[in-house]
Formats: sequence, structure tokens, C-alpha cells
Amino acid sequence: MNETLKAAGLIKEFGSFRAVDNVTFAVKPGEIVGLLGPNGAGKTTTINMILGILEPTAGSIEILGRNLKEHRTEIVKQTNFAAVYAQMPGNLTVYQNLYVFGLLYQVQNLKEKIKSLLRDFDLEAFANTKAGLLSSGEQTRLNLAKALINEPALLLLDEPTASLDPSVANFIRERIKKNVAETNTAVLWTSHNMYEIEAVCDKVLFLSHGKILLTGNPRTLPAEYGKKDLEELFISVAREPLFFENI
Amino acid sequence: MNIARIYAVFIRQIFLYKSNPTRIVSTFLWIIIDVILWGFITKYLGSLGKDTFSFVNIILGAIILWGFMTRIEHGLMMAFLEDIWSRNFINYFASPLKIGEYLAGLVTTSITTGICGFSVMLLIAGLAFGYNIFKIGLFLLPFLLILFIFGMAMGIFVSALIFRLGPAAEWIGWPIPMVLSVFSGVFYPVSILPKFLQFFSKIIPASYVFESMRAILAGGLLFSPSASSASTGSPQAGQALTMNLFIALGLSFTYLLFVYFFFIKVYRYNLKHGTIARFNIE
Repeated sequence: MNETLKAAGLIKEFGSFRAVDNVTFAVKPGEIVGLLGPNGAGKTTTINMILGILEPTAGSIEILGRNLKEHRTEIVKQTNFAAVYAQMPGNLTVYQNLYVFGLLYQVQNLKEKIKSLLRDFDLEAFANTKAGLLSSGEQTRLNLAKALINEPALLLLDEPTASLDPSVANFIRERIKKNVAETNTAVLWTSHNMYEIEAVCDKVLFLSHGKILLTGNPRTLPAEYGKKDLEELFISVAREPLFFENI
Repeated sequence: MNIARIYAVFIRQIFLYKSNPTRIVSTFLWIIIDVILWGFITKYLGSLGKDTFSFVNIILGAIILWGFMTRIEHGLMMAFLEDIWSRNFINYFASPLKIGEYLAGLVTTSITTGICGFSVMLLIAGLAFGYNIFKIGLFLLPFLLILFIFGMAMGIFVSALIFRLGPAAEWIGWPIPMVLSVFSGVFYPVSILPKFLQFFSKIIPASYVFESMRAILAGGLLFSPSASSASTGSPQAGQALTMNLFIALGLSFTYLLFVYFFFIKVYRYNLKHGTIARFNIE
């Protein structure tokens, strides 16, 4: 087993609209893969299918060598996620949230684990504060603490630094990179921040209209297509997807 | 089924109750008002009836049992709504939590709130109106079991409807017990209803409980919704009572099984259509 995540021929249709169109990719242990694309490209739909909250119309998802559809509960114990649209319940405190999700993921020595996460994510002072009262940066740190509570083999991050100030965003990036270096976690990361993608990702997949148009190293890919940086390449893919589709 | 995950769903609800006293007040307020209101009404009616009919025993007993069932239904639905209001579905359903475990966690919550509410009602009815529900005798246990299972089935059914139709359908859950009380013989015998409405009584498990309770407290007169007839005398009444309980239990379990599969069907529909991820905009 080489890949932590293997998506093959993934298709998702909503009625006659095809949101994800025959997407195939893999993420290896210790690898951070960026999933890029304009709004509505199918990134979140792809992530939702990998999370198991959306059933693919066709194709398969294998995580740690096992089919997600057949072994969901066992597989999901070893995955986790943080997404800008899935905040922790605001009416529980930081500690209560981590406690509830630690139980759901069957974390051993849960109280010790929570203590160490509160320390690592600088949340000790907010342990008894309701999550809804936290600032965006604190909430994101809480989301990430929850995402790492079970030391996942696969981490899915959907715009984890969206709407954060550069300092907090940098903290989040560094914390994830540190975690990957220590635990060999495979990461699938979506973002609209090209600087961030270039800084953290080993590989990027450009998605447009549900299809993967380009794949490669974010540091060398722009030059391969005659663009000065990743942002310029992103704009070209977003505006002229047909050009890249026919390459 | 994993106990730790069921406990996680349950403890989240307990944290919510602990964190905000208004949740506790809402659990007890209406049932306390019901008991006090009906306690005084029955006392007044009793004074008119000159002790020929025990209004307190029969009507207040029915109110308490109905309140118990309503608490079970509302307790389960409220726990489900808490996850809607806090947009928690993605977090829950992307975790290892199985749908059966989620429902078991909601049921555990509703058992806890239902028993607490029931105890408070008994306490107030006993202290204020001298009412003792244990006059019903050992039949109280199957009565509570039937109402508990039926309340649970209603709670899961309403939650499934909201899960399918979206948060805007929340209102459906609140008046259901009130609507069912029309056919369940809570306040009056089912025989008072026109024949065509008695059909609904026959398919509502609670109606068998209230008819049986009235029969026991009134001293043997037993109306059987299943047979649409009245019977008197000990052996026949006893048989009819037992039959009533079996029918009510059978109906309750059938509904519970049906709504459990209905909830799972809705969950699978939502998985297919992406409703879990964008539930709050439905």
C-alpha cells in the first residue's frame, strides 16, 4: 500500500449537472496535495465525498487500502478534517468540544490529549470559553485541534486559513507542516491563497468544471506553462479551462 | 454500536443543559403548568361531581402520562434540533459515528429528560393535589413502556421529516402530540368520538393505554379500541386489558421499527443528494 488516499474515476452528478467529472488522484503518506480551482470547480464536492458525507455517483475512494463505502466507520477513525464551513458547535466550550469529538474518534487517554492540544494550539486560556465567542483565528485553531485529536493518517483541509490574518494563517500552516513531518500524515488541502499553496504543498491538482486539468509541483508548474507564478496560472485555468483541457 | 460514541452524543446534550438554565426551564415549565392547571380543573370538576367520579385520579393521571410521552417525543426532537441549530451535521457525520449510534444518543437524552419531567410532574401532583399515580398498580409499568416507545417513535419520525425537508420543517414536531391527543382518549373515552374518528384511535398505541387506565381507575369498565366495544366483569375485563396492552405494544414496536428505517432512508437520501453538507440552507 503506497497511497493513503486513492480516488479513482470519481463522478458526482446532481441531476443533469456533473459537479465532479472522472477525477483520479492519490495522496501518499507525508505528502501535502493542494486541490486548486475557481469557486464551483468541484473541490468541496470532492472533499465531501472523501469525508463520506456525500455519495459518489460513480468511482471509488480507497483510504489506507480499504474501500470507503464498505468500511466507512473503521476508515474514518483514521481521517479527520477542518473546513471553514464546519465550525465546532458554538454553544459548547473549547474543552467540551474536544471532549465530545475525542469520544467520537475513540481517542485513548483523552484528557491528556486535550491538554496537549490546548497547549499546542495556544487555547489553554479559552478552555472554558464557548466556541461561539472565539475570534476567527481562535476558532480555526480549535477546528485544527479537533482535526488532529485522533492523529489522523489522512487530513482534509478545506480552506483552513480563509479569512485569517497573516500571522494566524502562518501559525496554522506551520502547525500542519510540523504535524506532517512528525506523523507522516497525508494532507489534501484546498485554498485560494497561491502563496500558501506554494509554501506548503508538494503537489497541486488544478480542478475546473469538475475535471482535473493540470497536476504538478507548485514551484515548477507555472514555468512549464509560461506563467510567472501560480497565481497567474490559476487565473488562466479559471478563465480558459478549455485551453488546458485540450493540452 | 459503540457505547463511547453514543455517550458522546448524549454528553453533548448534557453539556448544553448544564451551560444554559433556560433549556432546563423549557423542559419543565410546560409540564408543571399542565399539572397545576389540570389539577385545579379536576378539583373543580370533582366538587361538581360530588365524589361520584374521581376526576383527579383519572384526568390528572392521564395528563401526567401524556406529558411523559410528549417529553420523550420533544426531548428527542430537541436534541436533534440542537445539532441543526449549531450546524453540527458535517462534524458528526464525517466522524466514525454511525447513524444508529446517533439515534441511540438522542434516545438516551430523551429518556433522561423524560424521566426527569415525569418525576417533577409526580412530585407536584402529589404535593399539590394528593395524587398518587401508583394507584394504577403494576399496570403502570407497561403503560409507561408503551408511551415511551411510541414517544420515541414519534420523535424519530419528526426528526426524519425535518432531516428530509430541512430546518424550516421544525414546526411540524411541536403540535403532533396535541393533534394525537384528540384521538388518543387522553381527556375523554374514545367512544365519545364519531365512529370514523375511532379508526384513528385504533392505530394509536396511546389510546389503548388511556382507555385501560380509565378502566382500572373507574373500577373495571373497560372499553377496547380494538373491538370497539365495552365489557364489564373481572375475567373479561382482565382479558381485554391484557389484549389492549399487547396490541399497543405491538403497534408501538412496529412504528418504532418503521421510523428507524425511515430515518436511515432519509439519511441515505441526504448522502446521495449532498443535503448533509448544505443542510441549513434547505
